[in-house]
Amino acid sequence: MLSYALRRILYAIPLVLGVATILFFVLNLAPGDPLALYMGPGVSPEAMERIRQNLGLDQSLPVRYGRWLLAFLQGDFGYSLTRNQPVRDLILGALPPTLLLTGGAVALAFLMGIALGVVQAVRQYSALDSLLSALALFFYSMPSFWLAIMLILIFSVNARNLWGWPVHFPPSGMTSAGHDLMGFWGQLKDRAAHLVLPTLSLTLVLAGGIARYVRTSMLEVIRQDYVRTARAKGLPEHRVILTHALRNALIPVITLFGIYFPFLLSGAVFIEHVFSWPGMGKLLVDAILQRDYPVVLAGSFLFAVMVVVGNLLADLLYGWVDPRIRYGRHPGGPRPTARSGTA
Amino acid sequence: MAGYGGDGVGKRWSPGRLVPGLRPLRRGRWLEGGGGLLLWGLLLALAVARHDRLLALPSRGLDHWLAALTLVGVLVGLWVWSFREGRREEGERRGRFWRRFRRNRLAVAGVGLIVLFYLAALLAPLLTPFDPTYQPAFQAGEMELRLAEPSGAHLMGTDQFSRDILSRILYGARISLSIGFLAVGISVTLGTILGAVAGYLGGIVDDLVMRLVDMFMAFPRVVLVIAVVAVFQPSIFLIIGVLALTQWPFTARIVRGEILSLREREFTEAARALGFSRSRIIFRHLLPNVMAPVIVVATLGIGHTIVLEAGLSFLGFGVQPPTPSWGSMVADGRDYLLDAWWIATFPGLAIVTVVLAFNLVGDGLRDALDPRQRGQGGAP
Repeated sequence: MLSYALRRILYAIPLVLGVATILFFVLNLAPGDPLALYMGPGVSPEAMERIRQNLGLDQSLPVRYGRWLLAFLQGDFGYSLTRNQPVRDLILGALPPTLLLTGGAVALAFLMGIALGVVQAVRQYSALDSLLSALALFFYSMPSFWLAIMLILIFSVNARNLWGWPVHFPPSGMTSAGHDLMGFWGQLKDRAAHLVLPTLSLTLVLAGGIARYVRTSMLEVIRQDYVRTARAKGLPEHRVILTHALRNALIPVITLFGIYFPFLLSGAVFIEHVFSWPGMGKLLVDAILQRDYPVVLAGSFLFAVMVVVGNLLADLLYGWVDPRIRYGRHPGGPRPTARSGTA
Repeated sequence: MAGYGGDGVGKRWSPGRLVPGLRPLRRGRWLEGGGGLLLWGLLLALAVARHDRLLALPSRGLDHWLAALTLVGVLVGLWVWSFREGRREEGERRGRFWRRFRRNRLAVAGVGLIVLFYLAALLAPLLTPFDPTYQPAFQAGEMELRLAEPSGAHLMGTDQFSRDILSRILYGARISLSIGFLAVGISVTLGTILGAVAGYLGGIVDDLVMRLVDMFMAFPRVVLVIAVVAVFQPSIFLIIGVLALTQWPFTARIVRGEILSLREREFTEAARALGFSRSRIIFRHLLPNVMAPVIVVATLGIGHTIVLEAGLSFLGFGVQPPTPSWGSMVADGRDYLLDAWWIATFPGLAIVTVVLAFNLVGDGLRDALDPRQRGQGGAP
């Protein structure tokens, strides 16, 4: 197990470096002068040249790449071009909101998806199964940003203005304007209220895919002999399903976790944009719009690292739960794939 | 064709032949009959209702010609089908695949929806009640048409510039559907070839391709696509190219897995023993056997690509205004949620419908082509 884990980790390192390299060259090959930002009528050519030298942009591309990689590996991500702050501070500030949002969404989505998938498999071909299948496919086919806007329309805008519902949720941000004046419980309530709609938008889209997957996985397991044996022994049905069948049906679902990780981060990009959630996704999109390349580089690099770590965890977990697949398998061998790209 | 009697097979100009779909309908094949008849009727009605636009064709642009050509082409195609249908023996050409596929009603409905959407996209200049960029509030002084609610004249309402939402959705279908189709076409071709070559040759080639695949898959695709599109000028070809280049690894991985097992089978060994070249073995012997999963991946991939393209447009990195695209329409609507719910709602519904249709067809294809894959549930 240890050597397997080490092998997988060693394999992940060049992967992450490759991603960083591709990013570096894509951004550096972009047309336009990165110094256009500093240009103005009052800036003399000599001053421009000095800025160029200060930023090291007078060097050739390979030299710049070497320097950048060295600094990058030491955790020095440089300065933001537009906000005059170290990129590291910006990222450290944006990471917790994203982890809060995606972590909550992942937990909820897996709980919901597994529960629904099991119910569907147990009642295969019933009206409930068809209804849930249709719902799962419907949400699975939905762009998360549109779902988010619809949720805002229903539970925020119309609930307050049109229908006068007693409960409605804030449509954007992490806290309300008077957040600092609230007491501890007031602040907690305020934050929780802001979390509801973004988490729900991510969860519903994700849960649709998970439920579809768990249903098929569960159906396959239920047909097997050992489940029949469990029933023949006279075990109550809920024990057969929950302890005998579900435990094995969940093994492939672990891989799903690794696969849905990039999906989740991509979803966060759109959801954070819609809800003005001050996380990594919003930081990244804003930086791309403002051509703040150091932030773009470091941010997308971190995204890639998170994906690789997520996959690594899923693989290790899988190898631990089901030792059969550990040996002699190509690290990049076949495994179920999920929706490849998503909004 | 003699001796088939009954509903006028012998006669040259019988209603069963002149009206597409009538004959299958009489024989109880409601699916083909009803579909054919409905499509034929709708297109004829369209041609009659929009005869003024068809007559003004010489002064119009290329997309009007394309629309007219599509209209005539489909009408003629339906007639040809109807004529040939008369000569055909019952159940002659229907293979096992088609029998299995049509049992899945939802998948058939998905095919119908996709056909309708593609037709709508091609026929947009004839179908739409208004020009998608026409702004009556500013061009004709009808200020009350800004943010107008859905009504008889504007079935889906108007946006902040008083443009007709329905017309814009129909034109937007062109962007979404063509980008989805082209990007997936390119990526599937690339992925199939690379996956097959890597799987068959093995060794260094395999290692190289698979490392590349892993690297692309380690990347949140959205971020890479946004970064590239934003850094260069967003244009429709760049978007198609980037979407294709980030999608191929998913196909390559599946194809490689299939090829790895096919490589050890007897028929491959036989081909090798006969001294066939490697490219001949890969392209003539192995690839036809992996087409089933590839077709499924492609179908599901079009749905995902449409969602991704809509997302790009939503963030403002997609096709640039005033060209209508579904994602940017949703983004417009987001700013007017308080006053005009219809702007964001209807384009989004269009996205969901198309993607749902592709997912239904993909699931149906998987069940019909390759029942083995069923175990891979919600994962294309």
